[in-house]
Amino acid sequence: MAKIWVYGDPAQDSTGFKTALEILTKARSLGGEVEAVVFGPGATEAAKAFGEHGATKVFAGDDAAFHDTIGTVAATALHQLVQEHQPNIILFPMSYDARDVASRLSAKTGSTLMSNATDVTGAEGAKTAIFGGAQIVDVKFDGPDPKLVLIRPKSFDAEASGGSAEVVNVTAPAAEGAKVVERHEQAATGPKLEDASVIVSGGRGLQDPSNFKLLEDLAALIPGAAVGATRAVVDAGWVPYAMQIGQTGKTVKPKVYIAVGISGATQHIVGMKSSDRIIAINKDAEAPIFQLADLGIVGDALKVVPKLTEEVKARKG
Amino acid sequence: MNVLVLVKQIPDPNNPYQLANNRLKRDGGQNVLDPGDEFGVEAALQLTEANGGEVTVISMGPESAMEAIRRALSMGAHKGVLISDESLQGADALVTARVLAAAIKKTGFDLVIAGVESTDGSTGTVPGTIAELLGVPLASFAKHLEIKDTTLHIQRQTEKGYDDVESPLPAVLTVTAGVNEPRYPTFKGIMQAKSKPVEQLKVGDLGLSADEAKPTQTVNEVTPAPARGAGEKFEDDGTGAAKVADFLKEAKVI
Repeated sequence: MAKIWVYGDPAQDSTGFKTALEILTKARSLGGEVEAVVFGPGATEAAKAFGEHGATKVFAGDDAAFHDTIGTVAATALHQLVQEHQPNIILFPMSYDARDVASRLSAKTGSTLMSNATDVTGAEGAKTAIFGGAQIVDVKFDGPDPKLVLIRPKSFDAEASGGSAEVVNVTAPAAEGAKVVERHEQAATGPKLEDASVIVSGGRGLQDPSNFKLLEDLAALIPGAAVGATRAVVDAGWVPYAMQIGQTGKTVKPKVYIAVGISGATQHIVGMKSSDRIIAINKDAEAPIFQLADLGIVGDALKVVPKLTEEVKARKG
Repeated sequence: MNVLVLVKQIPDPNNPYQLANNRLKRDGGQNVLDPGDEFGVEAALQLTEANGGEVTVISMGPESAMEAIRRALSMGAHKGVLISDESLQGADALVTARVLAAAIKKTGFDLVIAGVESTDGSTGTVPGTIAELLGVPLASFAKHLEIKDTTLHIQRQTEKGYDDVESPLPAVLTVTAGVNEPRYPTFKGIMQAKSKPVEQLKVGDLGLSADEAKPTQTVNEVTPAPARGAGEKFEDDGTGAAKVADFLKEAKVI
């Protein structure tokens, strides 16, 4: 019987926490022994949620050192646990911190590491989506255990099973490396992108950073709506990184996604293709985004969006 | 200081990707230096311009990856290393990291710079695995960087903002797009690049065993994803906005 481990982040509002609960739900369905490893301040507290989602045991390390070093302390501790308990596979959320832990562990154990998985087929394989989700690649793992897999957020729905986990405390080993000396958080306004029921998202087609105001005006009229952006405009410095949706940004799954002036590069599509419904507004009739859209409007976003804001106002009465 | 930059040649991301034998087709089409790597090259050039030293670009790939190295050399890098070996076709992240780490050790370094992930593979794990194999810190997702004395200071991108991170050298550093504005090669740079030295290596030159270079992942199959139902597409004749509003009403979000 396979021993499956799920690695998670204790910060409840982080991708690494939510995604770990999603992965646990999937891990339960694979059969076998499901256990979790949670490192960072609040780990013991978080163990409750991990137990409720199917972990029978949680290795919890509350020491701040797990969180304040870039990968080194967590990877060293995880390696010690691996040697002692010999899991067959470890499933990680595809988050900043977990990526740096998994990549180090791969070198320590000499075991395979797969990124961007969208499904797990057992202890020896996983699937990933490529070309913006158009093709599914079924991958088989070779080499020594534990196989290491980084899984994209929102690949599964999290469902509690009502269990509880035995908590095993883990102390932080000493490890050299890069260290966090100070944290800076940007104040967020409005609903978070990951939780928004509607997302109005802008790309290069908006032509100028000031035109994001048009999207904000529209979003302000729709309950639970947030504004997102493509990597191209974030790289160009139009809007902050926190708004980026896609491979290197957030993965979202709103009821309605409105893509404005977005061509539909693979990098963007992987972050939004699971939205319930997709609307695209773009000048270029050949833009790949239209292949995903339930409703496509071929037209000038700068004309359509202000009009849409008026139309929405009218319908709200 | 001795700065090494990891670069990759990829199929032009502006063209649709294709598969050949269940792998990304790397020949036949237009290939380019991964745009994400240009930020790494630029960061290395700025560091050596300020502190002295040399920039070496390292790439693993087919013989044609020489073009990506030449591109980096034309931006101003001093020399290159290309590891090209048929046995490395289909190399996964772990194998790629082993090969690059061996080449890095052989070359010697104070700092290794890479993009956060390649544009075609997007695994983002090769730099971390290299750091572990070299036994040095990883300073990842830098959107700003600075070296004071022998300490690397970065602003590390996070979900909610950024962290100030410090790392001793030597180290591996990954840079995000936007960390700088990569320069364009000048005509002089392009001409000079042709005569800059590029060392060509095989797996055997790196002291790796055949087992260490053997892929740890194989593709069972590639299948088309279930297609989304084809939607409706309208040319905006002035009623486009009304159609979208009706759609939102029907979806019960307004």
